[in-house]
Formats: sequence, C-alpha cells, structure tokens
Amino acid sequence: MPSDSLKSIRMQVMWNRLIAVVEEQAQALLRTAFGHVAREAGDLSAGVYDVDGRMLAQAVTGTPGHVNSMAAAVGHFMKHFPVAAMKPGDAYITNDPWMGTGHLFDYVVVTPTFLGDRPIALFASTCHMVDVGGIGFSADARSVFEEGTLIPHLRLRSSAGLNEDVLAIVCANSRNPVEVRGDILSLVSCNDVGVARLLGMMAEFDLASIDELATYIIDNSREATRAAIRRVPEGSYQAEMDLDGYDAPILLKARMTVGNGEIVIDYAGSSPASSFGINSPKCYTDAYTVFGLKCAIAPSVPNNAGSLEPFRVLAEPGSIVDPQRPSPVTARHVIGQMLPDVAFGCLAHALPDAVPAESAGSIWVLAMASAHERGGEARFANSTRFNVMNVGLGGVGARPGKDGLSTTAFPSGVGTIPVEITEDQSPLVFWRKEFLPDSGGPGTHRGGLGQVIEIANGEEAPFTISAATFDRMRFPPRGRSGGADGRVGSARLASGPALATKATHTVPAGDRLVVELPGGGGLGEPRQRSRARIEADIAAGLVTPAAARRDYGFSG
Amino acid sequence: MPEQVRNRLAVDIGGTFTDVVLEAAGGRLTTKVLTTPAAPEEGVIEGIEVVLRLAGLEAGEIGLFIHGTTLATNALIERKGARTAFVTTAGLRDILEMGYEKRFEQYDFYMDKPEPLVPRPLRFPVRERISARGRVLLPLEDEDLRRAADAIRAAKVQAVAVGFIHAYAHAEHERRAREVLKELLPPGVTICLSSEVCPEIREYERFSTTCANAYVRPLMAGYLTRLRQRLEAKGLTAPLFLMMSGGGLTTLDHATRFPIRLVESGPAGGVILAGEIARECDLPAALAFDMGGTTAKICLLDDGEPERARRFEVARMYRDLKGSGLPVRIPVVEMVEIGAGGGSIARVDAMRRITVGPDSAGADPGPACYGRGGTAPTVTDADLALGRIDPKWFAGGRIALHGERAESALSRDIGAKLGLDGHWPAAGVSEIVEENMANAARVHAIERGKVIDRYTMVAFGGGAPLHAGRLAEKLGIRRVLVPVGAGVGSAIGFLRAPIAYEVVRSWRVPLAAFDLGEANRLVSELREEAHRVVAEGAGAAPLTEMRLVDMRYLGQGHELPMSLPDRPLSGDDLPDLRQRFEARYRQIYGLHLPDMAVEIVTWSVTVSTVPEPLRKSPPPPRGKTAASIGRRPVYEPTLGKLVDMPIFRRSDLEPGAAIDGPAVIVEDETTTIVPASFEATVNQRGDIVMETRRHAL
Repeated sequence: MPSDSLKSIRMQVMWNRLIAVVEEQAQALLRTAFGHVAREAGDLSAGVYDVDGRMLAQAVTGTPGHVNSMAAAVGHFMKHFPVAAMKPGDAYITNDPWMGTGHLFDYVVVTPTFLGDRPIALFASTCHMVDVGGIGFSADARSVFEEGTLIPHLRLRSSAGLNEDVLAIVCANSRNPVEVRGDILSLVSCNDVGVARLLGMMAEFDLASIDELATYIIDNSREATRAAIRRVPEGSYQAEMDLDGYDAPILLKARMTVGNGEIVIDYAGSSPASSFGINSPKCYTDAYTVFGLKCAIAPSVPNNAGSLEPFRVLAEPGSIVDPQRPSPVTARHVIGQMLPDVAFGCLAHALPDAVPAESAGSIWVLAMASAHERGGEARFANSTRFNVMNVGLGGVGARPGKDGLSTTAFPSGVGTIPVEITEDQSPLVFWRKEFLPDSGGPGTHRGGLGQVIEIANGEEAPFTISAATFDRMRFPPRGRSGGADGRVGSARLASGPALATKATHTVPAGDRLVVELPGGGGLGEPRQRSRARIEADIAAGLVTPAAARRDYGFSG
Repeated sequence: MPEQVRNRLAVDIGGTFTDVVLEAAGGRLTTKVLTTPAAPEEGVIEGIEVVLRLAGLEAGEIGLFIHGTTLATNALIERKGARTAFVTTAGLRDILEMGYEKRFEQYDFYMDKPEPLVPRPLRFPVRERISARGRVLLPLEDEDLRRAADAIRAAKVQAVAVGFIHAYAHAEHERRAREVLKELLPPGVTICLSSEVCPEIREYERFSTTCANAYVRPLMAGYLTRLRQRLEAKGLTAPLFLMMSGGGLTTLDHATRFPIRLVESGPAGGVILAGEIARECDLPAALAFDMGGTTAKICLLDDGEPERARRFEVARMYRDLKGSGLPVRIPVVEMVEIGAGGGSIARVDAMRRITVGPDSAGADPGPACYGRGGTAPTVTDADLALGRIDPKWFAGGRIALHGERAESALSRDIGAKLGLDGHWPAAGVSEIVEENMANAARVHAIERGKVIDRYTMVAFGGGAPLHAGRLAEKLGIRRVLVPVGAGVGSAIGFLRAPIAYEVVRSWRVPLAAFDLGEANRLVSELREEAHRVVAEGAGAAPLTEMRLVDMRYLGQGHELPMSLPDRPLSGDDLPDLRQRFEARYRQIYGLHLPDMAVEIVTWSVTVSTVPEPLRKSPPPPRGKTAASIGRRPVYEPTLGKLVDMPIFRRSDLEPGAAIDGPAVIVEDETTTIVPASFEATVNQRGDIVMETRRHAL
C-alpha cells in the first residue's frame, strides 16, 4: 500500500512537471518570436506527445486555435516520418494549412526526443510568421496558391545540421526573410528546450519510458471530461448563425448530440466554402468548437489527447467549415472564431443558465499600409512606407449573472497592440479609441461594449486598410433568454462612404478611417435589469438616457 | 548605508506582522509586533519601544531609521486609496479601462478584468495631441482643462493623474496642464504627471502607473507625515529612509512624491540580504527563496546582484495569473511569486490530482491546526502531520497547534478522495507544493537563460527552511543556506540597502544609425535627475553609477539590458554593444541572428551609494558535533516514510557545528529540516549551511 501511495503521488508530480516542461517550451518561444501577432497576441503553441502521436500536455500560453489542431498535427508528421525512421538530431517542418493549424502563416516544427537511440517522445511548436509571401494577410486570394508558399512535411534538421535549402526557399518567398528565419529557428530551439527538460525529468524520476505516465494522464483526463459531459442532459440540440461573409451571407448550422459521456457536433447544412480566404480548415474548426465546449463544460481539465477524445466534430467536406484544397484560408478565424458561439447556441438548449450570449466573435485585424504598392499618385511617392497591424476588439456577450466584458477578445486569446507602439512604427495617428455607447446588447445582464477607432495618416498621404476580417456588420451578436442583440459593427471613411466589402480599401490623404466594433449580446429581459446598474451605466456614459428609455423602459 | 553609523533601526510593515530590527554595538535585536492597519504608525512605535527597551537605548541614540511598508500595496489591493481623477488626451479616455483587451484566463468566461482605479465619470478628456516623434499635432486647449478643473472640484477629488499620449516624448503639455489645474484646484489636491512618474512608451502601462501613484499618494503622504511627527515626539530624529521595490533607499520627500515605487519593498529587502550573504560567502550564484504565509518568492542573484525589471503587477485578482492585476512600470527586483505559503489550501481536483493554492487561509481563519475556525487543510497542516513542526513550539510557542485537526482536515479533503491514509495525504500536499515552487523556479530560470542547479539557495521567511531541502533536491541544488534571523530577513536586508535611484526614458533608435549627440544629451539629463534625488539623502557619500540600455532585434518585443560605458558614447562603442547583445542573446536562446538589425528601446541611469565593505572571516574549524535535545518521527520524502530524526536547538549550535541529515533544527520563528541526503554545518556568520553529501544515499 505505501508503495502504491508513493507511486500515485509521483504520477501527479510528474504530470505537473510535464505541464511545466511545455510551459517552459512556450515561454522560450514567446520571448524570441518576431512580429506582434505571435508576441502580443500569443499566437503560438507548444506541446509534448508520446511516440504514438498522442498529445500529453500543451502549454497554457497560446491561442485556442491550436487546441486540437496541434493535437492532430503530429499524427500527420508521423505519416511522412514514421517514428522508426526518426534519428537523433532530426526536426521536421510544415505550414500546410490542412496538416498544421489552418493557414500558411503558422509553421509547425516537430522534434523527436531520444533516450540513447530509442525515441521516447515528440515535441511540437508553432507560431504565426510575420510574412509568408503571396498576397499577404488578406482574404482576397481565390486559392491557397495565391496566399503564399506552402512547405510540405520536410526534414528541417538532421544530425548533420539545418536543412538550409528549405530555409532558403522559405526566406526567398517572404517579405520579411530575416524575421521568418528567426522565427523558424526559435521553433527549433524551443523544442530543444523541451527535449532537454524532459530528459532531465526522466533522469530525476529514473524513468526509461513515459508510456505509463502517458496512460495515466490520458485516462484521468478522459474520465474527468466524460464525468463533466455526463452532467449535461442527454439529447440532440441545434443552433444556427448567420454571418456577413465576403461576397454572400453565410449560414453556420450545427447539431449537437450529447450521450454516453460524449459530445458530437455536426455542421452538416452549413454554407459551402467561400471563394475568398475566410474558410476554416477542419483542424481549425475542431479547435474552436472544442474550445467553446470545454469552456462551458470542463474548463479545468488540461488539454491532451484524453481530454479532447470525448468531443467529436463532423463537417461536410467542401463546406466553409471543412474547405478542401485549394480553397483560400488566410483569414480562417473569421469563421472559426464564431464557432464557440454556435456551440453555445446548441448548449443553451441543454444548459440554459450556463452559457453566455453571443460575442463580437472574430477579431478585426486592422492591417494598414502605405499606399505605394497600389500605384498611388506621384505626389505621395516620398511619403513614409509602412506596413503595420493592430486589432479591433468588440464586446463579449453577457454572462450568466454578469455583464459581458467590453472590448475584449473572445474566443481568441489575443490582446490589443498599444496605440503608441503602432504610431511609433508608422505615421498613423489614432484620433479616437473609445467605448461605443449603447453598443452592448440590452439585457438583465448587458453585453460588453464595442469601441470606435478613428485613424488617419499623420502625413499628407493615403493608406490602405484590409477589411478582410470585418464581419457582423449585417448580422449582430445575438442576445439570449430575452436579452437583445449587440450593435452591429461598421467601417467607413470619416468623409462618409461606407467600406462595405471585405476588400482592401484606400483611405485618401486627409481623410480618416472610422471602425465601430460590434457589441456583445444581452442576457435576460432588459426590464429585469436593476435600476442601480442602469443608473451607473448612464452616469458612466455607457448607455445614453434615450437608449435607457427605449431599451430598458427607464425614465430616471 | 554607511556602516559607521551606530544604532541602526529597520522596520518592515507586513500584512500580519511588523518586524523590527535594531543593530547596535551590542549586537542585533529583533521583534515582531502585530500590524495595526488603521494607524500603522502605532505598531511601528510599539515595536521600536520594545527593541529600545531590550537594548537599553534612548530614541535619540538611534543614528539611522530605514522603513519599508506594504501600505501602498494594501491600499491598491483593498481599493482604499484617494478618490482620483484622470485627465487625458481626448478620444482616448477609455485606454485605462480597456487595458490589454485580453482575457488572462482563457477557459474561464466568467473572469473579470481589474477595475480601473479611476472610473469613467472621473476621466476627463482634453483636446491636445502629440505624435510619436514628440511633435505637437494639436495644441493643448486650456479651455478643456478649465472645464475639467470645474468638474474635478465638484467631484471632491483628492488626487489627479495627468496622462497624455506620447508624453514621454514631449512633456510640455502635461506640465502646462499641471500649471492650469494647480491654479484652479484646492491646494490639497495632488497632481501627478505620466511624464514624471513613468516616461515610457505603452500608454496603458504608463497611465496605470501614474493613476496608481496618484491614488496612493495622499494616503502615503499622510502616513509618512504622521509617522515623522510621532517619531520626533519620541525624540527619534535620525534620518529616515524608505525602502523601494527596486532595492534602493530614498528620502521621505521623494517617497512622498513617488509612493508607487514603495510597493513590494519587503521582498526587495529579503533579496538584498541574500545578496549580502552571497558576497560574504563567495556565492557567485544565489537563489533567494522566501516563503511566508500566503506566497513564496524566488529570485536569482549572480555575483550578489539580483536581476532587475521595470514592470510589475499589483493587486492581482487571481494570485498566480499574469494580467489579472494593475500593471505598474517601476524599477523592481525581478522575482517570481507563487501562491504557495503555509496557509495555502490543498484540494483534490476533477482529475484526482492534489492541488495547492493559490488561495490561502491566511492568518484568519488560518490553517485547520490553528483551531481558529479554519477547516481546509493547508501546507502548515501537512507540515505538522509530517512531524516537521513541533505543535508546542510554533512561533516560539505563542500559537498552539492542534495536530488532530490538521490530520482530520487532510484525511477528509485529500485522503478520503484519493484512497490515501496515514501520513500519505500530508506527504502528497507537501510534495505538490514543493513541486509547484520547483516548476516556477525552473521556468523563471529558463526565461533568463540560467542553469538553476548551479545556484546556492538562501532560505528565509517562516516557511522556507521547512521546505528548502526538498526544493533543493528537486532543483538539483547542492547547497542551502538558512541565515541567522531568517524570520525577519527582509528588515535585516533594509539595513544593507544603498541609497539609490533609477531614472528611465523611452527613446527607440536603430543601433546602426542614431544621433550620438542626442543620446549623450539624454543620458546626461537622466544622470542629473538621478544624482539630484540620491544627493538629497546621501550628501557627499561616494556614489556609483550604472548606465543601461534595453536592446532587442528590430521587430521583437522582449529586450535585454546592456550596460554602457561610464563616459559619453562614441561611435567606437557600438560594435562592442552589438557583440555583447548577441552573446547574451545566444546564452539565453541558443542562437543569434547576424543579419538582423538591432535597436535600443529604453535608456536608464541608476545612481547609488557604494555598498559597505564585506565582513569576511575565515571559516570556523569544523567537526564540533552538537548535542540533540530529543527525537521525533518526521517524514523523509526520498525514503517515502517517517524516520526518527534527532532535534537540535539552533541557539545551541556554534560556528563549526556539524549535523548529519536527516535532522530537525528548531528556533523561535522557524524550523529547518535537514533531509537525509544533506549534511549541515554552521558557518562563521552563524548561518546553517546544508550540503549534499558526497556519498548520497
């Protein structure tokens, strides 16, 4: 008995250690990554796998888009590089959207770990590159071939050293070759950190293999997840969501079936793939769907093959949530980041008091550049050249018992980029970045507010803005249980004209770009909202007196 | 501080206890009294009276008084600061509330962001605009300031923070705003400028720091004035210095202007003590391990110097989660803090794993064994159940512990759920909390490119000596030192701190091409300010100066500090700067990028008094074997069972004494566990030094 007790404590300690190992791996990557998307937004991921390709631990640092996609990515590598053929010193690479994490911007590197000459585990990491060639960060490509350079599963390193041929091809096809090389090397070196830590841990615990630990982690996580799912009433539940789309509205349709400690979500009936780059490859669809379900059902169970197993996602090949090659996918998050709200829509039938109202959803990427590449007028030729990215974040849906968070990313894990940083890197001036009154959906609990952002070129010159990711300009985040919808978003020039499509637009010299981010949906009847909260909202200017009268029947 | 000053007094106000240390000709006297939150000066005076009585000294004989306090931190945590207004650039008044616009806890959609210190109705926009290059795009509208002043007056605000966009590059608008506001507001209203409190890029962090400074300033100014008066009334007129979070001392006047720099001064004191020990004992690499009731802190020191940082988060709502607190950009000693203390609560989660913390039972209701109403099992309960703590001698016998309550809490909340009985639930809790600390220490080390098993651990704070040996085993650390006075380590550290001040400015330039003249002008401005502040306290004492730049590869977000020569920069210095940057980068990340441009982001100058000379004495002759005062069964993790261990009284141990592990060494404020794999000796300073046996078990 004592030895069993000691062993059980040891297993727990080693599980904690393994999570710390991948966290170290992720931190090493975070601190060396180039570009704001990887760094400020934490658009990266790191994990460790057993030799059967089962994910055992994933760093908390990272974004939900990598939840399942990383779990599956290593399996794809193993088809090209069977474990038996792996050699010490090897590392492999790809940025295949369907085999990695959903668009060309994310490179994945996998490194096997050897004890002596026996493979015992694999480390994988990914991060969002500054540039991968093609037409850049835009939804305008009509196929993945236009979106940039795709590197299939290749050997990046062997005991003889780095495969400089691969790196040369990647660098030759990027607008930022030095940063991209740096980021790829960071992926390699963070995996090496993971390998060294794992070997140290195995020496300390005197382990010759991690198989027993792997089974312990996966079994316990699977059981904990199943137990959580069993608390959801069994049955079949449906939800739908309309989105603006690029050239035509999009329908997302889902049927969720709960039973036997499992949840299956089937997206049959959703729109076909778009001919523009907002399609969400299946790996990315899986990631955000399961992320939403996990948030609502089993938030504290760590990500690994066991905790992901009881969730299954089905989709029709060729649909917008399972696009086939060569569909364009760069702005995949436009669709993917809406999926947690679709999952909540299903769950709301089963657990009406446990899910939030709809959120602004997918982040608005404010990709802004000088207009030189667009063949601008000669008089602007000497203006500053720049190419910067900021993000626009709307409101989160009201939550059971609480208002929604204002201007906060959900489900994405990104954060904003400081105004001073973007202005330091470009001549842009943010004249306004403020809460947008009355944008939060009215309800007993109010949706989070969106914001208005107003940007000009500080020089007498035009600039371009890609509207690829601006959605919810026609279909608002919906309220729930009697709560009203959040306000739709909008994009326009200060001089008047609306930027109605997802194309790349030019903001003329002297004019300003004005974007209004959607507000979150409300939860519960607005008239049930407490007077004190309404008064506080009016005092803070978050709700205008006119809207308080109209939406809440509040007359002061 | 000058060593020659006799009778030096240090007081550290903590959440529960106020620690007092007096170093006089006759030696060191210490006491702990209860903190008096309503009027903290009461506890200070009481503690001072105790040590003066013990020493037989008069208040007037004290030559120097150094003070650290968590008052500012507590005001921020409990939101008990001044009613504060924020005057900011029109169009951007919500930056303070939007924060990072990010969820710090990805899977918890119920999480809330920290409330801003200034609510929206008290944030006043004024028209003005400065560009990133410091150019005026829109002149400041005095009319808007006047309107804001009317509203501020009507709102009965005690403090005003002014934060304009890019004010670090052009401070004139903020200065003008102060002039106008000062004229229109009642004289008691405090005004703080972002360009003075924190002239660094990143508006949210700068505004947050400025508002936090304004928010605590009336309170701190009031407290410090009252303290000064009470001390003078007692006849204690010695110079008074305040401990800052960066590890330096400053004058009362300066502390009153920038009280935000006083947060986390206690932990900084502990780190200074560790630094002194490292220098005296020739430890090139020391790991300071401080474990108290609610948290553990770990800090790495190389050649006696801790790493420093300029960003810190106060008042985290979720103790261990980055992003859940208010960011402040101030010089701090870089350390990792985790929710692992004696009061940390243990549970079993859905995966049937034991978890410990981050929440703590604190002092009230306290661990189950205190018998004061706490029912949740804590780390202290586990230590008691494992025989590490003597229930009759906890806190010098002042708090009686109830072993049966500890065991029943552990058995109910842990054992029954996991099928563990006997001492196993406690062993599991202890093992997990030690593992949590080890993991935090490892990640902290790798983030800085340090190899942790080369470090010598210096353990202080009530909980550290109980867990230091096991933590060292987990980290592969071969030597652990438990200093004399470990229980009041922070206050002792205060007495070793220099008078120091750091001034920082953001100015981003490419290393390949920048205006050296402009750079030298900037550095001399920073020097002037730092020297001015330090001279207020140091008089004509000799000073040292450190000039630093933060560098990074263009496009990266993480910078590495590099030192500059103590003379104006010339073009010849730049290749060397790049070379040192790349060497450091390679050391941390294992690679460097020769084609990538490097830039300088931040410039800083730290001026400080020269540290006092070390008191090194030869190691004592070894071999005296101390006599034990008894034996008791104590859990030994490497053997997985209770072992009958000899118990020693620390006061019986003289320099040179040697004890073989496993053993227990008891003293009033703490207990040191010597694991089976270690042997302990007492060094010339009286510290317990535990070293891995050459022939380990």
